[in-house]
Amino acid sequence: MKPTRSQVTGSAAGGHSGSPARGSRGAASAQPLRIRAVRSRGLSVRLDIRALTVVVLLIVAALVASVVLIGTGDFPIPAADVIRTLMGNGDAGQEFIVNELRLPRVLVGLLVGAALGLGGALFQSISRNPLGSPDVLGLGQGSTAGALIMIVLFKGSAFQVAGGSLVGGLLTGLAIYVLAWKRGVHGYRLVLVGIGVSAVVTAVNGYLLTKADLVDAARAVVWMTGSLNGRGWEQVWPLLTLCAVLVPLVLVNARPLRMLEMGDDVAYALGVRVERTRMLLMLSAVLLTASATAAAGPVSFVALTAPQLSRRLTRSPGPNLVPAMCMGAALLIVADWASQRAFGADQLPVGVVTGVVGGVYLLWLLVTERKAGRI
Amino acid sequence: MTSAPPGQPVSPLPVSRQPVSRQSASRPLVSRPTDMKTTSRSASVNRLIADDVTLGYDQRVIAEKLSVEIPDNSFTVIVGPNACGKSTLLRALSRMLKPAHGRVLLDGQVIQSMPAKKVARTLGLLPQSSIAPDGITVGDLVARGRYPHQGLLRQWSSDDERIVRESMESTGVADLADRYVDELSGGQRQRVWIAMALAQQTPLLLLDEPTTYLDIQHQIDVLDLCAELHEEQGRTLVAVLHDLNHAARYATHLIALRGGEVIAEGAPSDIVTADLVERVFGMRCQVIDDPETGTPLVVPAARRRRATATSGGAVTTGS
Amino acid sequence: MLVDSPPEQRAETAPAPPNRRAIRAAGLLVSLGVLLAVAVASIAIGAKHLPVDQVWHGLFQDSGTYSDVVVRERLSRTVLGLLVGAALGLAGAVLQALTRNPLADPGLLGINVGASAAVVTAITFFGVTSLTGYVWFAFAGAAIVGVLVYSLGGSRSATPVRLALAGTALTAALSGYLQAVMIMDNAALGKMRFWTVGSLGSATNATIMQVLPFLAVGTVLALGLARPLNAVAMGDDTARALGAHLTRTRALSMIAATLLCGAATAACGPIAFVGLMVPHAVRSFTGPDLRWILPYAAVLSPVLLLGADVMGRIIARPAELQVGIVTAVIGGPVFIYLVRRRRTAQL
Repeated sequence: MKPTRSQVTGSAAGGHSGSPARGSRGAASAQPLRIRAVRSRGLSVRLDIRALTVVVLLIVAALVASVVLIGTGDFPIPAADVIRTLMGNGDAGQEFIVNELRLPRVLVGLLVGAALGLGGALFQSISRNPLGSPDVLGLGQGSTAGALIMIVLFKGSAFQVAGGSLVGGLLTGLAIYVLAWKRGVHGYRLVLVGIGVSAVVTAVNGYLLTKADLVDAARAVVWMTGSLNGRGWEQVWPLLTLCAVLVPLVLVNARPLRMLEMGDDVAYALGVRVERTRMLLMLSAVLLTASATAAAGPVSFVALTAPQLSRRLTRSPGPNLVPAMCMGAALLIVADWASQRAFGADQLPVGVVTGVVGGVYLLWLLVTERKAGRI
Repeated sequence: MTSAPPGQPVSPLPVSRQPVSRQSASRPLVSRPTDMKTTSRSASVNRLIADDVTLGYDQRVIAEKLSVEIPDNSFTVIVGPNACGKSTLLRALSRMLKPAHGRVLLDGQVIQSMPAKKVARTLGLLPQSSIAPDGITVGDLVARGRYPHQGLLRQWSSDDERIVRESMESTGVADLADRYVDELSGGQRQRVWIAMALAQQTPLLLLDEPTTYLDIQHQIDVLDLCAELHEEQGRTLVAVLHDLNHAARYATHLIALRGGEVIAEGAPSDIVTADLVERVFGMRCQVIDDPETGTPLVVPAARRRRATATSGGAVTTGS
Repeated sequence: MLVDSPPEQRAETAPAPPNRRAIRAAGLLVSLGVLLAVAVASIAIGAKHLPVDQVWHGLFQDSGTYSDVVVRERLSRTVLGLLVGAALGLAGAVLQALTRNPLADPGLLGINVGASAAVVTAITFFGVTSLTGYVWFAFAGAAIVGVLVYSLGGSRSATPVRLALAGTALTAALSGYLQAVMIMDNAALGKMRFWTVGSLGSATNATIMQVLPFLAVGTVLALGLARPLNAVAMGDDTARALGAHLTRTRALSMIAATLLCGAATAACGPIAFVGLMVPHAVRSFTGPDLRWILPYAAVLSPVLLLGADVMGRIIARPAELQVGIVTAVIGGPVFIYLVRRRRTAQL
C-alpha cells in the first residue's frame, strides 16, 4: 500500500510540474482502459472478450451435453445417430425416441436451467448477496405449496399441478415484495423477509404432506425435488414463449442493474430510476423462476450456483446475466445426465444431483468467500 | 485561500498531451460539460434552489420551510452540529429525498419532474453509502459514471473513454486503473468515487461528507482536489463537511444550519465569528486568522475558560 | 452489528433499582402462574372432550380407564412441551446474545434441521430406532450445523443477514438430502413426514426420561452463562476489556445451545420460531439483561409452545395440527414484523 499512497499524496500536494505523480499521469494516459467496444457511426457496444468466450464455451458445453443426454437411456443411441436424427435423417424408431421423448425433455432442461440461472443472477444482484437466490428466499417453497395443494387436496393432473405451482410462486414473490416494501425495497430487508415467508410456507408444505396419503406424498416429494422425467413438448412451448419475452426485457435493463449494484444513492445520482428498475427486474425474475419451477419442480441450487460459477469464469463484475443463463442451462443438463448415469434412468430426479452440487458449493463458499467477507 | 474568480485556472497544470476538449483554451484537465456556462449566466436566478421545503423521514420532520440557494460557480459548504439536517438538505437537493412540502428547483424546473438521466447529466452526487461491487477495477468503476450519457446502442464511445481517462487523471488515480477497488486504501477509494462522479460530467457536484473516515492527510488531499475542480473547471460544488476549519478554508460560500434552520450564510470571512460558532454549535471559541490562508480559524476555548469565561476577551473575532 | 447497544450498556453500568427488580420478580411469578394455567389447559383440552372430574380422576386416581389413559398421555405431552419449550427459548436467548443477532433462532439458523438430518440418517442408514440411540445423532447434527452456520455466517463479523442466509442455505441443502432419502425409501417417508414438521404428539414418559438429563445440563449451563454473555453482548473488545473469557463463553454457549436444541429436536422434531419470538417479547419487558431474559424465556417459551399445541388441537378437531406448523405460522409474521421495524442501516 505504501508506495501507491505516497503517489496519491504527491499528486495532490503537487500541482506543479516535475512532481513524479504528474509525470506518471502523463504516462498512464497512453495506457488503454481495459474496456473494449465495437463502434460504428455513433453507435458503440461494449465487448468483453473473456465473457464472450465463456458464453460461447458454455453454449457448446450445453449442446454437447444435450446430445449425449438424448443418447442416454434404456435405449442408448450413439451421438452420431442422435445428430443425424435431429437433422431429420434418422430411422423411424430412433426418430420417435429422439424427437418425441428425449428432445423435449432436454429442451425443457435447457430452458429451465437458463431461466433459473437468469432469475438467480437477477435476485443475487438485486439483493447484493451471493446467497440471495430465489430458492433461499422462498420462491421455490411458494411454488411447492401451490403444487402440493393441487396434488394433495385436488389430486390434480400434471397440468393442474404446474398451474398451481406457477400461481403459488407468483403469489409468494408478490408477498415478499409487498412485505419488504417500505419506502423502497432494500436488499437486506428483501432477503430477510424472504426467509421469513419461506419458513411459514415450509410449515404449510409440511402440513400438506402429512395430510396426504402415502402415494400422493411420494408423488409430492418427487415433485418437490425437481425432476425432468416425462416432460414433453407441452412444457416446452409455454416456457419458450415466456423466455422469448422476458429475456430481452431483462437484458435491456442490464445496464441500470449494474448501476444498482453500487448502492441506491449512487444509482440515483447516475440517473437510474431505482425502484422502477428493481420492480421490473424482480417481477421478471419471479416470473422466470416460477415458470421454470412449474415445468420441472423446484430444482434446488441451480439459481444459487449458476451466477456464482459463471462470474468466476468471466471474472467480470456486474450481474453477468447472459453467462449465468448459459451456465444454468449447461449445469442442469449435465446434472440430469449425471443422475441418469449414476442411478440409472429415471431413478433419482435431477434435483438430487443439483442438491449435492449445491451442498458442495456451499462448503466451498465457506472456505473461500468467508475470508473475503463477501457473504 | 484564493481570490481568483471561479472558472479561471489558478495554477494551470502541465499537461503532456494534446488538448482534447473542444472549448478548452486554457487546457483544463477535464473537458467541461457542454451545458456549463461559466460566468455568462445573465439571469440572476441560481441553478439549484431549495424553495420553502419541509424535509423529514416518515413522521419525523427534520427541517421546516427551509429555503436555500446554491450560488452558481461557488464551492458551497454546509456545516452544522450533528443531526441539524445537513445531509438531509443535501439529499433533497440531489432529489434523493422528496420534500414533504415545497420544491427543489434545478434550472427553474422541479427536480422530481425532470427525466432522471437529464438530472444526472446536470447534477452529480457523491453519497456516503456507496458499494464497490466485488472484483471491480478502478477503471471499470469510473467508467460507470458515464451511465447517464450512454444508451443501449451507445455503450462505450470514444468520448466516454477519453472523459473517463481524464477524470482518473485529474483525481490522480490513473495509475490505479487496473487495480481492484477493494484493495485500495480509504483515501484512494474516495478519489476513485470522486473520479466516477467527475466522469458524469455535471456542472453541479454534491458531496456528502467526502472526508469522513479519512486521516488528516487524505482529508486535505480530497479537499484540495475539490478546490481544484471548482477553480480550474468552474464547477459548482456543494459539500457537507464536519470540520468547521476545513469549511472556512475551502468554501467560497458557507451555509450554517442548526435544527433545520439556516443560521447564517455567506463568505466564510464574512460570517464566521465566535458568536456564530456559539449560536450554531453551542461552543465558546476564538476565531483567528488562518496563518496559511487568512481565512477564519476556529479555536475552541480551553476547558478552564469555557467553564468560567463570559463573552469577554476570550471571545473575539480576529487577533 | 450491535443493535441494542445503548440500552445494553445502560443495563450493565447501572443495575436496576430495587423496585424494578421487585417488578421483574413479580412478573416472573405471574408468568409462572400463566404457565400453570396453560399446562392445565393442555391437559384438559384435546381432540376428545373430557369433563374436569375425569381429568382430575386421571391425574390423581389413575385406575386405567380409557379416559385415565388419555389424561396420562396428555400429561406426558404437556411435560414434554414444558421441557422442549423451555429448551428452545433458552437456546434462542443464548444464540441471540452470542451472535449479537436479534434474529437468531435455532430453527432459522438451521440447527434444528441439522439435528433432523442426523436423526433421519440414523433411522434410515444405521437402523437406529430408539430415542436414546438417535439423540446422540441429533446432538452431532445440531453441533455440526451450528458451527457451520456460525463460520459460514462470518464468525465474529457475522451480521443478521449473513447468519440468516447461511442458516437458510444450509437448511435448503439439508432438506434436499432429506427429500432424497424419502424418495428412495417410502417407509422412511411414511414416518418422517410426520416427524419433520415438529410435533408433541408422540410424547411418552420414556421420551421424557431420555431427554431430561440433556435438557437439565443444557439449562443449568445456559443459566450460568447469563453474566458472561451480558459482557459478550457489548462487543468482543469491550467484553475482553471487562475481563470476560471470550473463547470459553462462546464454546460453552455453543454446547448449551447444542444440548438444548439437539435434545428438543430428537424428542419432537424441528420446531422453529419459539426461540426467536419469546426472548424478543421478554426483552421488551426486562431490558437486555440476560440474568432476567433467560429465566423469563424458560418460563414463557413453554407457554407459547403449549398454547400453540392446544390451539392446534382445537383448530383441526377432531384431527390435530402439529405444533411446529402452528408456531411457524405465528412466528413468520412476527419475524417479518421485526425485520420491517429495524432500520436497514442496522442490518
